[in-house]
Amino acid sequence: MRHDHLITSKQLSRADIETVLDRAAAIDADPAAVADRHAGTLLGLLFFEPSTRTKMSFETAIKRLGGDVVDMGSVESSSVKKGETLADTVRVIEGYADALVLRHPKQGSATMASEFVDVPLLNAGDGAGHHPTQTLLDLYTIRENAGLDDLTIGIMGDLKYGRTVHSLAYALTNFDARQHFVSPESLQLPREVVYDLHQSGSDAQVREHESLEEVLPSLDVLYVTRIQRERFPDENEYQQVAGEYRIDSETLAAANDDLTVMHPLPRVDEIAPEVDDTEYAAYFEQAHNGVSVRMALLDLLLSDGGDDDE
Amino acid sequence: MSDERDDTGEGSFGDTDDHALRVSKIRDGTVIDHVRGGQSLNVLAILGIDGDDGEEVSIGMNVPSDRLARKDIVKVEGRELSQDEVDVLSLIAPDATINIVREYEVIEKHRVERPDAVDGVLSCPNPGCITTGDEPVTSSFDVLEDGVRCAYCGTIVRDGIASLIET
Repeated sequence: MRHDHLITSKQLSRADIETVLDRAAAIDADPAAVADRHAGTLLGLLFFEPSTRTKMSFETAIKRLGGDVVDMGSVESSSVKKGETLADTVRVIEGYADALVLRHPKQGSATMASEFVDVPLLNAGDGAGHHPTQTLLDLYTIRENAGLDDLTIGIMGDLKYGRTVHSLAYALTNFDARQHFVSPESLQLPREVVYDLHQSGSDAQVREHESLEEVLPSLDVLYVTRIQRERFPDENEYQQVAGEYRIDSETLAAANDDLTVMHPLPRVDEIAPEVDDTEYAAYFEQAHNGVSVRMALLDLLLSDGGDDDE
Repeated sequence: MSDERDDTGEGSFGDTDDHALRVSKIRDGTVIDHVRGGQSLNVLAILGIDGDDGEEVSIGMNVPSDRLARKDIVKVEGRELSQDEVDVLSLIAPDATINIVREYEVIEKHRVERPDAVDGVLSCPNPGCITTGDEPVTSSFDVLEDGVRCAYCGTIVRDGIASLIET
């Protein structure tokens, strides 16, 4: 890793990704070996939007490395409520912490914030933009369950606003992966993302579909995302669309026996609870992987200026 | 009147008969020729020329042109535009030619070139972009072959770039 900040998965090469995943695997194998490696290190948490998994797993990760967090708390209780700019907020908190984790509703917020700070800044979600640390844990889960090369993956749901989808799609262009995007027409991938995927030279590896049926039997991984009610002006339309992209035992009857079903969580009802106990389900494992992957990432970024592996 | 005469900063914008509006050639400054018809006010907006600083500006709009059918011409007295300034013009006037004039003579003439990026010129049309709020950030767009792309949120704009010019 040679990055001071992690803003988007587009900045990650295959070697970068494998460095993080290998480190995560080593941590999973022997967590005690890194227990005190970052004692005294403080991670600044700036979450301008609600978060459970991402925020808690970052907190768990730094604590398991021996460090601790300083948390801005909710927007309601912070200076943001008084009208402070994000640029000022990050400049203040970088004085309190050794690295910053930022989630913010505006696209490009992490890029802008990184221009104002010297400590490493990790993007934990910027509006409908990017969520690269989620991508790393997604890739780790894929690697563990299906492998990252000669991979056929279906990515389904809200592809328009789903930042986890955009980040994952970019990262997968580093691998021999065929990506099938399944969504209602109104929630297709943003044209910008399609443009980037084509620019990456992976034209032949990217397909868009409105129905899961036509691709399900060929998939090694099915990555499901939540279709959000607020994206639809009409409740009936939402119910109709959401119903078409729901996974249950009946749906999976047509799937490859080795299919891995993933979801960044939280889910509402897009994956039926009956799937949880099947061999397909990997979404809770995926959420748990967030800790070791974020430990690996923090370890790399906080060690010797972040370039100790290359 | 021919394109050639415009390129040299000479004479009028229209026909040279007695009934045409005549605009005298400039002594020192810049003539921006072969601007797409109707884009001259956007050219001035990009250059930040609004008349408040007293610049002497002449504009010809929708003048017949051999190359463009209809073109605009902008003459700015007393100001030589830098390469960076004129390159930004390429976004809305890709065919423009720039003539630098001193003592009534064209001493330098060149086409605009598309820059790699433009900063502080365009505003992002994505309301969810961080640059559209109150943050102390200068807009920045990467220039693509067929449009521009916000360096912050990634939004690509291909049509209507002139409408994004910051005022």
